[in-house]
Amino acid sequence: MQLTLWTYEGPPHVGAMRIATSMRDVHYVLHAPQGDTYADLLFTMIERRDQRPPVTYTTFQARDLGGDTAGLVTRTVAEAFERHQPKALLVGESCTAELIQDQPGALALGMNLPVPVIPLDLPAYTKKENWGAAETFYQLTRALLSDRVPAPGTAREQRPAGRRPRANLLGPTVLGFRCRDDVVEITRLLEQLGIDVHVVAPLGAVPEDIRRLPEADFNIDLYPEIAHTTAAWLQRNFGMPCSTTVPMGLGATRDFIAEVARLAGVDPAPVLGRERPGVARLDGSQSRMQWYARSVDSTYLTGKRVFIFGDATHAIAAARIATEEMGFTVVGLGTYSREFARDLRAAAQRYGVEPLIADDYLEVEQAIAAATPELVLGTQMERHIAKRLGIACAVISVPIHVQDVPARYSPVYGFEGANVLFDTWVHPLVMGLEEHLLQMFRGDFEFGDDAPASHLSHAGKSMQSQTPAPTVEPATSDPDAPPWTPDGEKELRKIPFFVRGKARRNTESYARERGLREITVETLYDAKAHFGR
Amino acid sequence: MTDLSALPPAHTCADIPVLRERGQREVFCGLTGIVWLHRKLQDAFFLVVGSRTCAHLIQSAAGVMIFAEPRFGTAILTDRDLAGMADANEELDRICVTLLERRPDIRALFLVGSCPSEVIKLDLAKAAERLNSRLLPRVRVVNYSGSGIETTFTQGEDNALKAMVPLLPATDQKQLLVVGCLADVVEDQFRRCFEALGIGPVHFFPPRRAAELPPVGRNTLVLPAQPFNGETVRTLIARGATVLPAPYPFGVEGTTAWLTAAATEWDVTPDRFHAVTAPMIERARTALARHRGHLAGKRLFMLPDSQLEIPLARFLHREMGMDPVEIGTPYLDRQMVAAELPLLPAGATLSEGQHLERQLDRVRAAAPDLVVCGLGLANPLEAEGIATKWSIELVFTPIHGYDQAGDLAEIFARPSDRRARLRV
Repeated sequence: MQLTLWTYEGPPHVGAMRIATSMRDVHYVLHAPQGDTYADLLFTMIERRDQRPPVTYTTFQARDLGGDTAGLVTRTVAEAFERHQPKALLVGESCTAELIQDQPGALALGMNLPVPVIPLDLPAYTKKENWGAAETFYQLTRALLSDRVPAPGTAREQRPAGRRPRANLLGPTVLGFRCRDDVVEITRLLEQLGIDVHVVAPLGAVPEDIRRLPEADFNIDLYPEIAHTTAAWLQRNFGMPCSTTVPMGLGATRDFIAEVARLAGVDPAPVLGRERPGVARLDGSQSRMQWYARSVDSTYLTGKRVFIFGDATHAIAAARIATEEMGFTVVGLGTYSREFARDLRAAAQRYGVEPLIADDYLEVEQAIAAATPELVLGTQMERHIAKRLGIACAVISVPIHVQDVPARYSPVYGFEGANVLFDTWVHPLVMGLEEHLLQMFRGDFEFGDDAPASHLSHAGKSMQSQTPAPTVEPATSDPDAPPWTPDGEKELRKIPFFVRGKARRNTESYARERGLREITVETLYDAKAHFGR
Repeated sequence: MTDLSALPPAHTCADIPVLRERGQREVFCGLTGIVWLHRKLQDAFFLVVGSRTCAHLIQSAAGVMIFAEPRFGTAILTDRDLAGMADANEELDRICVTLLERRPDIRALFLVGSCPSEVIKLDLAKAAERLNSRLLPRVRVVNYSGSGIETTFTQGEDNALKAMVPLLPATDQKQLLVVGCLADVVEDQFRRCFEALGIGPVHFFPPRRAAELPPVGRNTLVLPAQPFNGETVRTLIARGATVLPAPYPFGVEGTTAWLTAAATEWDVTPDRFHAVTAPMIERARTALARHRGHLAGKRLFMLPDSQLEIPLARFLHREMGMDPVEIGTPYLDRQMVAAELPLLPAGATLSEGQHLERQLDRVRAAAPDLVVCGLGLANPLEAEGIATKWSIELVFTPIHGYDQAGDLAEIFARPSDRRARLRV
């Protein structure tokens, strides 16, 4: 048993729903009790889908349990097929149905429906949403391509001369992070390289598209959490190579261009030739981000302490952007994607921080409070943690809320994605000279501790009213440390809120190590000089 | 007492035919009640013993409204618990003790059963007993079921309250007990109103603190404020209480009739009743009049969800002039709506249970002006050109009593108001 207050991922059948809802002409029959239909609202409210997810629930009740729940499954499958006429049918169960062992998948297979029926076995008590999505995409692909797998050792056909290279974009789903716009952005980028997008899946694909996957020359795994299993299977069975670079951030986008050009056998120069890394000019890159990051206004971003947490794909990419493209200092890096823990650990080592592999919200909150960052890049959970701690925050990963599905075009991949990320991460910060003014005139009654950046003042106010819990300082006083004099305490209050906890801790440990009897204004500045930055 | 002549006459529809449906339901399970109960009971913690689905459900239903400091959580069963490798009882005790150590302010711990805990027959009553012998008197442990195989949406509150009834102290004093979770502001209004009428003592159940339970006994008169607490009310009757049958306090008519039920028992004179209620009624009528233009003559279709459908349809029909086409209810508890059914218009279909697809076919065929439904259905129906109102708003918003009547009407008028404004 595991105590959970908030969960980063839903159960695995919600992952399966994401695949079914991303596609067209696919229906999912879910053996589940009343209540599990809550998952529909994730799609219709958070992502504002204008259609119900293509899911039919059996809705079994306690009184059914002694009787014929299996009959309920076959009746529901028959009705759902009749009404929705899907081209492929997924059949599975939620956590409770798993316990009553009706084997809905096998029951549906036994009905000899005229379309492919894919039974889903998603263990609800060991696995979670992203795994469920990946497994569903894989099972669906495997089932739809079962008759097309070539004999082992069959050589892959070479691309005929004169035909443009083709790539599949694998992994985008509904309720993913900005998938809709990333697909558009990457399609544009591939067009610049002369590469055609053959199939995008699961987002917007029909079962027949899945059957066409092997006709492409290679796969692009845009979201490894969702597509890695499928891409690896296509590589093993059809010899289809697959990209490994996630094109999030300017540097990663350039690496991605080099990689796909190699996979496609095309010259990257028409695109990469226009990229001039390190050139501080607006025309140094297709992305404005390069010049924005180098413009003097951005110098205040230097060394900002940033804590990053999310799915592994977005967290790892964000750490590189933060370090190399924004000039931040990464003070924490973590993921809830245990399946990709190894990749995250490697990244954490690169940036010299302890990796945090956790799906316990409280553990993440503690880690953030201890790291005293100035900016948190996370999921909607971290947005709430940051709000409570009074730290700026931008969302970079699922789980998301409705405001993270913007109406405007806002990819996070490719050149435009780099622009979007620059804006999104800079926006919550107190900017440039304003930051100096806030620090210089801490005592101004209009500033105070809660004073947000002037362009955020409205958000700051509503934040206060929405948060019943009083804002707490990230680090509390050490009981073993000598007491603060009133003047010392007053001086401490003049230090910006987001670093005050650290200043307090440093000063207290400095005073304790030196055996001081009290902490004065002088101690505070001695400690500041000692620790430096 | 009060002039109700402006209202349409009541048809006698207590024997209204009921369309019984069976099939896919698009309704939350009883766990959802935790979202408002944990805010009402300020010293209680709700621990669901269930799966990741349960945790995800409550989190999704709650959205971000209450992200601040949750007094609820889920003890998620893992394969180790199911395989018997870990003694689920020991695990549960460990989690409860850890939890209470972290939250010393908690005085009541609700162990909430779920679909999986019931299917594996995890005995939460035994667990509560075991924990009580360890934790009382500091913390009282209570158990109830919020599982989807047994409860629908608001039934979770009924089960939670019912579980507390045996703990209520006994009294023989004549008193009024208002049953059902109300917004604090509404509770305060009713308290002032009863006091002005000379009705008392008055207790509210659930109380704001689980450690301050109201007493009950043979001179207790129960006035239900929510139609979904049938089991709780019947358990209170078993403890000697008497129920005052009345419509629910929605709108002017409902609130007046509801207060009248209590006033009659306390022999409040018509003059005094009038003196106390007349200014509030006047205020409420003014507030209602503002919204009638958006609602009068409009056709209403209510999908089964919060169990508030019957009293709200009555209010919307009789006071706002709406024309209910179908009134769905997850289940029909005739005892709890005995005073409401005769006030429903003849010609409206009353449906119990749900077969979602067939019901949506009826919605499309009826082409109503407003559909009241759950969050999962609202946007898809809007995209079909049908105006909707989320029923979950009705359990998260103060809607009872005279001073909320206007707000209640506004909830239903807003979709039409919005449509009238938009030019996109």
